Amino acid sequence: MKVDTIMVRFGEYTTKGRNRGFFEKRIYDQVRRVLRPFAAVQMTRTYGRIYIKLNGESYELISAKLKHIFGIASFSPASKCESELEVIRETALEVMHSLPKKPSTFKVTMRRVDKSFPHDSQEMNHLVGSHVLRAMPDLKVDVKNPEVELRVEIQPEGTYVFCEVVPAAGGYPYGTNGKAVLLLSGGIDSPVAGYLAMRKGLELEAIHYHSFPFTSEKAKQKVITLAQKLADMSGVPFKLHMVSFTEIQTAFTQCNQDHLIITLMRRAMLRIAERLAEQAGALGIVTGDSLGQVASQTLGSMNVIGRTVELPLLRPLITTDKNEIIRIAEQIKTYATSILPYEDCCTLFVPKSPSTNPNLNVVLKVESFVPKLDEMIDEAVAGVETLVIKPGESSAGKTSAGSDDWF
Amino acid sequence: MLYFDHCASTPPREEVIRTMMEVMAKHYANPSSLHQGGVEASGLLERSRAAVAGIFGTAPAEWTFTSGGTESNNAAIIGAVARYRNKGKHLITTQIEHPSVYDTFRKLGNEGFRVTYLPVNEQGTIEVRDLADALSEDTVMVSIMHVNNEVGSVQPIPQIGELLKQRRRVLFHVDGTQSVGKLPISLREWGVDLFSASAHKVGGPRGVGLMYARQGVQLEALLAGGGQEQGLRPGTENVAAIVAAAKAFRLAVEGGEARNAAMNRLRSRLVECIGTIPELVLSGAKSAYNDDNQSVMAPHIVHFSYPGMKPEVFVHTLEEMGILASTKSACSSRENKPSRVLLAMGLGQARAASGIRISLGDEHREDDIDYLCGKLGEAVLKLKPFERKDCKS
Repeated sequence: MKVDTIMVRFGEYTTKGRNRGFFEKRIYDQVRRVLRPFAAVQMTRTYGRIYIKLNGESYELISAKLKHIFGIASFSPASKCESELEVIRETALEVMHSLPKKPSTFKVTMRRVDKSFPHDSQEMNHLVGSHVLRAMPDLKVDVKNPEVELRVEIQPEGTYVFCEVVPAAGGYPYGTNGKAVLLLSGGIDSPVAGYLAMRKGLELEAIHYHSFPFTSEKAKQKVITLAQKLADMSGVPFKLHMVSFTEIQTAFTQCNQDHLIITLMRRAMLRIAERLAEQAGALGIVTGDSLGQVASQTLGSMNVIGRTVELPLLRPLITTDKNEIIRIAEQIKTYATSILPYEDCCTLFVPKSPSTNPNLNVVLKVESFVPKLDEMIDEAVAGVETLVIKPGESSAGKTSAGSDDWF
Repeated sequence: MLYFDHCASTPPREEVIRTMMEVMAKHYANPSSLHQGGVEASGLLERSRAAVAGIFGTAPAEWTFTSGGTESNNAAIIGAVARYRNKGKHLITTQIEHPSVYDTFRKLGNEGFRVTYLPVNEQGTIEVRDLADALSEDTVMVSIMHVNNEVGSVQPIPQIGELLKQRRRVLFHVDGTQSVGKLPISLREWGVDLFSASAHKVGGPRGVGLMYARQGVQLEALLAGGGQEQGLRPGTENVAAIVAAAKAFRLAVEGGEARNAAMNRLRSRLVECIGTIPELVLSGAKSAYNDDNQSVMAPHIVHFSYPGMKPEVFVHTLEEMGILASTKSACSSRENKPSRVLLAMGLGQARAASGIRISLGDEHREDDIDYLCGKLGEAVLKLKPFERKDCKS
């Protein structure tokens, strides 16, 4: 079959009432931005749909891009033809012939949006189905459980014929549900949390805490690589704030409260995150917490840690299993980077038996004994180093090594 | 001395040498080291990779740095065949590949694979039809060079790519060692899965090669070691040479079209000159383009035979006159056998045993060609009394 058109369907926000136009415009702009390299394509937007006319551009390359656009629920490679019975029948047959594997059962599903078309849906089902059956005698109709569903949509501008529905990322267009900051550690979970948050339409800025010399420069590079992947997914520039956490972390190790050190660190991180969120105009903090995974992610710990800040803490992974998280990480291609063996500041100084049920009063007391904690937090916020990561660039372009005229 | 052996190796560009020296002096740290020096060195590798990816319109992760064209060819072919050996046992290549491809397939043939070696016509190109006929359900790889290193014939890679697009399970390897910087290359458009190139053929350092493996194509590594280059090519990376290679590739491709048009003019001048010396017979097509305006001969290679004369004698005679040329390909010029490539082109023993290759570079001007031309004539005059008549046909 000659795929000449891609029919794009939108995600769950189509149920939204008056805001729908806004969502649709955002996704239209996003699709247009992603398809900019394909000069020949033409896009049209109709109610709840985008049609991409390929004009000779590669379906494979374009579909690979569409799969990752947030807000697109699914799309179909289609053959567009004139709304005339004979033409529709021939096109339907062509589509059936072009299937990679010959099915033994099929059914026709008709959608007649153009009510001026002379035959109604029932008649059309029969007219198209019988034509296909005559030409492909081995085929049988199975309306309940067909191997192939041959779909025909009669629209005012023409008729689309297709069999395949390719699932895409779903969710909301990027940035249509407000803005939050993401705590990006370099592990497996936080990039996945970021991905899920972005898919829900959240615009993100990431924050990474490093403890040089306790953490290595490579750990930093790793986080930049992960941020690059998130930028590639959203398709827009992505901010990554690098916070030096060394001073605070070493101050905590002096408290002789080893089992509380993780709790104290997480609280300090959230305070810094909240301040950076304010600066960014963000209204939430996204973390990769998953209930019970480590000591700081028990309900008791989350209670004591969460009480540090007033902004809502968003935890997309809170009830997911590790295996599930890994599966998504593989799918969004962050896994291989995440498992690179560089320590980040959450794995540093981990005590033998961290508290899984810290006492808030004790924690508050210990914090009050840490000299100059507030100043150190101020300093960390003031000293933040912000990188802007552009989609489609490799992180290699950002390493400072070498002089430009070497390349 | 006039150097006419660019196919064997090119003089490195000055700016490439400078880059290499600077990087070598400053960035000697091991890219796998954790300290700042190591981080910087590995950053340079990634910048080089991004630069190479940019030149070919591909993704950085698709490129691996190797030790040269031979390793790239071996690693791509053996690596892919080993990975996909359960998908089929039939491989297709041509009779005129470089030994690093040809001998690799010979070896695979001994290991239970069925290998089809496609024939070439008198101009040294395969017929796409022959390839289509050779494809079978069992075919897993097609490997075809872009430009032949010995005679300069250009294979119809875009058409082959078009044909193979309908056969998605067949991997398409292209040896681009002689074509990078000489002909336009569109890996994505042609549907190329694996590609090889070498830095010292484009004014870069010796000892660096490129291997492209399209995203999704998995390879088994030939070497075991420290996991460098995503495990595909372990061993401490030669950072200075790799950075210099990236620069050389960029310079070779940038503005290549204009330079190569000039080189093409030199080529026609030389071809015309050879036509005036009756003892010499040109191999391949006269013109660089066919009637459909497709490249059929590389702009930098002119190959001819002097039937009845041992090519070494001719080359040494030219050398005495201040001209450096070569017999068949430099890699195998020490073997005293008629050229497999010329035999495959159906040129017969006499011509196959007397081939001489002139390969041009950016630095050559019309004067150089005219000088060369005069010397070719002189050399023939000098050697004519020593022709062996029994070897002439």
